[in-house]
Amino acid sequence: MRLRTEDLTYEIRSGRRLVDAVSLSVSAGETVGLVGPNGSGKTTLLRCVYGALTPTGGRVLLDGDDLADAGVKARARRIATVPQDGQTGFELTVRQIVAMGRSPHKRFWEGDTAADEELVHDALERVGAAALAGRSFARLSGGERQRVLTARALVQEPAVLVLDEPTNHLDIRYQLEILGLVRGLGTANLLALHDLTLAAYYCDRLYVLDGGRVVASGPPREVLTGELLAEVYGVAAEVAVHPATGAPTVTYLPGAVG
Amino acid sequence: MTDQPVRRSRTRPRPQADRRGPVPPEGRTGLRFAAVMATLTLALAAAAIAALAWGSVRIPAADVVHILTGNADPSPYRTIVLDVRLPRVLLGAAVGAGLAVVGTTLQALVRNPLADPFLLGVSSGASAAAVAVIVLGIGAGMATTVTIPAASFAGAFLALLVVYALAREPGGGFTTSRLILAGVAVSYVLAALTSLILVVSARADHLKEVLYWTLGGLGSARWDMLAVPLTVLAVGTALLIALARPLDLLLVGEEGATVLGLDTARFRAAVFVLTSLVTGVLVAHSGAIGFVGLMVPHAARMLVGAAHRALLPVAALMGAVFLVVADLAARTVAAPQDIPVGVLTALTGGPFFLWLLRRGRTREEAA
Repeated sequence: MRLRTEDLTYEIRSGRRLVDAVSLSVSAGETVGLVGPNGSGKTTLLRCVYGALTPTGGRVLLDGDDLADAGVKARARRIATVPQDGQTGFELTVRQIVAMGRSPHKRFWEGDTAADEELVHDALERVGAAALAGRSFARLSGGERQRVLTARALVQEPAVLVLDEPTNHLDIRYQLEILGLVRGLGTANLLALHDLTLAAYYCDRLYVLDGGRVVASGPPREVLTGELLAEVYGVAAEVAVHPATGAPTVTYLPGAVG
Repeated sequence: MTDQPVRRSRTRPRPQADRRGPVPPEGRTGLRFAAVMATLTLALAAAAIAALAWGSVRIPAADVVHILTGNADPSPYRTIVLDVRLPRVLLGAAVGAGLAVVGTTLQALVRNPLADPFLLGVSSGASAAAVAVIVLGIGAGMATTVTIPAASFAGAFLALLVVYALAREPGGGFTTSRLILAGVAVSYVLAALTSLILVVSARADHLKEVLYWTLGGLGSARWDMLAVPLTVLAVGTALLIALARPLDLLLVGEEGATVLGLDTARFRAAVFVLTSLVTGVLVAHSGAIGFVGLMVPHAARMLVGAAHRALLPVAALMGAVFLVVADLAARTVAAPQDIPVGVLTALTGGPFFLWLLRRGRTREEAA
């Protein structure tokens, strides 16, 4: 299983390109990070990949099949994500929200089987939210919600996991747990991440976006350099390999803006 | 190209991974659903018997049961129960159930618990079209049992389309204010249109008939006109219950539903047709009865939650009970005057709506 984008472009009406001819690839078992400053096009790119937006140019391919030709449901069987607005004003339980992840595998009139309930239960346990199963989703905190929606993506049993800032509401413990969990799934993972140190630790490769274009890509060690951070983010930073993790660690040097 | 690090093995084992408890008891919610359905069925039976017994002629409940089970001799009571009151009770139950189901569905469609076929102008669309057919004699020569429901359906569908388009925010959301403003505006335009048709081609008998559309009442119930509304209600409700899963998906928003594999545009079109069909056909037989579709889904959600597989059947039964009781009250509180039941539902529904609105506001402020 391999996810590929080919010159993926998303142009808004004014003619500005939020995503500009991005080609990237993610293989099964690989975790690929998308980093870049706010407005660099990470979210737009991901939304094109998981089908919330229709790209204005280029293609998204899954094992060579153009996803534009696949139906919404067929796509949802292979690509899972945590959408941005998971809010609902209605009182659904956490269990019901997670069970929705089975929908792409069901005919619309089919109910959930015992096997589905088992999947839901397991997924909730894996994200550390089993205790929330009977609670009202609308009343959870931001972090709890994020873990529950991650469980829903697991229940979808996808080949590709596309996550936009999967850790932004989470306590550090859950940040590490969720990223570790995602890494161990064997799926092709494409994640947009804010935290460069976390990205460097958990991702096999990184793509750096700036102004909708890929400006650098490769293993974190090669991509994350002081020069790149100065150029893309406009900050002075030191990148060193951490002795315990073996991954690059970014230290920002406030005041010394390059 | 993979820089396969050793660090994968270092990820901390999940502490609770192997302590797999039993699957939490889903059965409890199932039991609750069964209990609620059983209670509501009993309540409907009791309400029906009461509605058959009470009225200008008071008939003992025991006699009603005898007549219903076919053990009674022909008598004036028998005629009153079977030919006068029973069709009215059946129509009331059907209209109540249908409005509750449509209200529930519309609330999912716009993701807002303040939606109702009456408030959104869908009922006005249906009655305006019905009035046009009656007064202007469109489709004359065809049976009115077909032309009026068909026109109502078309009117309901168009009104729903317009309100939906007006109320929808650019991002796809529906705020309460926009929804209500759009509904009210469309209702007013349609009411004005209805008046215009009347003024231009008024005939005394039309006026009375049309007043009945605007107020909503079950007084016209007769055996020979029940087949269409009962069939449409049964089919529409069954289909919507079958669509429980995608209806649930609508609750998490456009993007959420899309990434879970729902073709939202297509599904929305199907729901538009189904809800307009049920609303149109019911309004054609009872006029526009308001607020049932607002109050009942709300109460039903408090009993069984927001998931539609349980919610829709409960709302249907509850709506049936509610309207049978409301119609009984409408017939008896000012006897021998027969108050249109729509007046009564508006009297209770209006304050309820204000309460919901207020509660929603305090909730938004608290958030």
